[in-house]
Amino acid sequence: MSDDLDDLKAAFSVATPVPDAKRRAENVALAQENLARLQGSTTEARPMKDAPRMGAFAKGIRAMFDAISSKAGLTATTALAAFGLVMVLPVLREGPPEVFTPKPAVLIEAPVLEELIVAEREADMAVGAIASELAPSSVPVLRMSAKSQSRTLVAGSIADASVVAVEVDTEAFASASENTLKVTRETSVSTFSVDVDTASYAIVRSSLMNGQLPPAAAVRIEEMVNYFPYDYAAPTQGVFATSLAMMATPWNENTQLLRIALQGQMPEVEARPPLNLVFLIDTSGSMNQPNKLPLLKQSLRLLLGQLRAEDQVAIVAYAGSAGQVLEPTAAHERDTILGALDNLAAGGETNGQAGLQQAYALAKQMQEEGEVSRVLLATDGDFNVGLSNAEALKGYIADKRDSGTFLSVLGFGRGNLDDETMQALAQNGNGQANYIDNLPEAQKVLVDQLTGALFPIASDVKVQVEFNPATVAEYRLIGYETRALAREDFNNDKVDAGDIGAGHQVTALYEITPVGNETQVDALRYGESSVDGSKDELGFLKLRFKEPGAQDSQSIERAIPTTLEPDTELEFAAAISSFGELLRGSERLGDWSYEEAIMAASNARGEDSFGYRAEAIQLMRLAVALK
Amino acid sequence: MIVMRMKTGDKELALAAKGGDAKAFSLLLERFYDRLFGLCFRLMGSHAEAEDLCQDICAALPAKLTRFEGGSAFSTWLYRVAVNAAHDRRRRAGTRAKAAQGWGDWEVNRTEAMREQAEAQDWLIRAVGMLSNDLRDTVALVMDDMNHREVGEVLGVSEGTVSWRMSEVKKHLKALKESEQ
Repeated sequence: MSDDLDDLKAAFSVATPVPDAKRRAENVALAQENLARLQGSTTEARPMKDAPRMGAFAKGIRAMFDAISSKAGLTATTALAAFGLVMVLPVLREGPPEVFTPKPAVLIEAPVLEELIVAEREADMAVGAIASELAPSSVPVLRMSAKSQSRTLVAGSIADASVVAVEVDTEAFASASENTLKVTRETSVSTFSVDVDTASYAIVRSSLMNGQLPPAAAVRIEEMVNYFPYDYAAPTQGVFATSLAMMATPWNENTQLLRIALQGQMPEVEARPPLNLVFLIDTSGSMNQPNKLPLLKQSLRLLLGQLRAEDQVAIVAYAGSAGQVLEPTAAHERDTILGALDNLAAGGETNGQAGLQQAYALAKQMQEEGEVSRVLLATDGDFNVGLSNAEALKGYIADKRDSGTFLSVLGFGRGNLDDETMQALAQNGNGQANYIDNLPEAQKVLVDQLTGALFPIASDVKVQVEFNPATVAEYRLIGYETRALAREDFNNDKVDAGDIGAGHQVTALYEITPVGNETQVDALRYGESSVDGSKDELGFLKLRFKEPGAQDSQSIERAIPTTLEPDTELEFAAAISSFGELLRGSERLGDWSYEEAIMAASNARGEDSFGYRAEAIQLMRLAVALK
Repeated sequence: MIVMRMKTGDKELALAAKGGDAKAFSLLLERFYDRLFGLCFRLMGSHAEAEDLCQDICAALPAKLTRFEGGSAFSTWLYRVAVNAAHDRRRRAGTRAKAAQGWGDWEVNRTEAMREQAEAQDWLIRAVGMLSNDLRDTVALVMDDMNHREVGEVLGVSEGTVSWRMSEVKKHLKALKESEQ
């Protein structure tokens, strides 16, 4: 230890007072008393139910929602639940996590309740105050354990020459264990929220380009599949068109792959409302790497080219202290904006919370009738908002989302990328989380798909498929593990789900076993031997969504016929999903290999105007070499 | 009985206390109170705040113990409880700025006997007062002779982050020293 630290230690030991004997005795007595009370009162009613309970998993996500009673909890909704699921699963492997045990009465302190009332009274709450609405200590513990778990999964897999010489990276990924096979006669309904994030693919790409296989937890198959543009027909009326197709599963002769895809309508771009963008830029010391702040500046330059004179841009930088770098400026004043961007320099610790508050304040100031406001958070992932505030931050973002300002997250660089937090923030902010590893990716996200990313056409989009037991014996949803919803959540408009922007596409694949084929699960000895039902339908598809700003949902319903045809787009999606499953080390693919996936993808490249599919095939080849 | 228990490990005591064993709990408090108080003091920066934080922790400890699974060392677990309680207390105290006041409003008990140390303490106030909460939490734990891995475990960050934070602290201290010369 250096001299300075020794000095500090000496000074501390001199300064530390002796605990007051009377207080000590009182404190010890209080502790003893509470221990005794606890023994006698474990069954007493609990005044606060906001700590998720042990049963949450057994009872499904629904129970978790019931358990969240605070205001922030209600607005944080599904995305938060999905996030909770993500974080909790790894912990469960080591036995029950601390936070899911009942919260005894003695824990509840009056000041917390008081604060809740005060916080509700104040319309414009600070994040700190919101924190008190959540269970004070349970969530941080949850977060900590989940993070440390993820770290053990990931540690050492990505060597990142960081300027701050962090030896072990602190990346955390949102993931959940693979969806299991469902037997239609037992569970005929499958429900999930759409996901248009593509961050996982970019993370996989950056790992492979660095000569490493990505950590399994970083691979989210639906995000890989949804990374690619597909040739789906645009809707002739309404917000969405659905596109169904089916093919023989390449890796299993007994099953079929069913594709359910949504194509969002592309509103006339000319008619889009003016846009207020607040760039919230992480300028902490860790951003000082070529693939972080400099790439970020170049990316935002690209984005500026897409904006119009009536759009406004403001910049907030956050590091040790948050600060407004550029006041709201009309987008055509390019020189002013670029000048402010160029002046950003990395240094200091991250103070994400203050930055976020300031960005939202600016967005509110810029907001006028009929305009769209969005905070665009650019970071390498370390939010450093203080452990106790991480959940509160999400509540805060969800709150702002409900008041009309959305949040998107752009991730840069590797090493301490907190993918888990990025996902959660974007999901709560009705935005997308994208990971930008190179300029072409910035081009894809910020130029080609800008309209979709910034202008939602439908929110809380949920998909429910009811399979027909007369035709489908078993099914498995591929991917969307972090987006699963409980069956009853489908009709509950309070349950948040993913959003779809202008022109967005969502593709979901089910691997189904038709009745009559060899099933993976043995048939039950007891139970009905035959099932009545139409033999012409595989199932019934229901979509539920809200138009932006609307409170009530609309729905689209259609039967899924048994007569679906394969197409190139499905073949490519299947190849990519098998690539994802290979990277995750899934056991569901049998003998299927990377080589076969490469072959399948190559045969299904289609037009591939931008070369995305060709790039994916390159990545598969890299994975072969690295495995 | 008691003599035997004195030799019992912290974890075993904690698990016994969790099961409602008042004697085990009492022994555990005896063992840890002063160390805990020292940590509370370093986290909060004032004698009064440290006493109050200790009270918060003592009040909640029996309930928290019901969730102690013995997966980590008891001290690590206890310190995590303490750091979380400190965060709660700071948050209740209001803004970040206000939380820093513990160290700003330092009430040094300057008796005659301590006169020679007064200068060192002034330095400590300046040194710790300028650290962010994260850095201060880290320092408070490192000063307890925990290694960086253990500190990381308590704070839920990686060992590398703790090392990096400590190098930041050293930088601050160095800058302070230079500014004083």
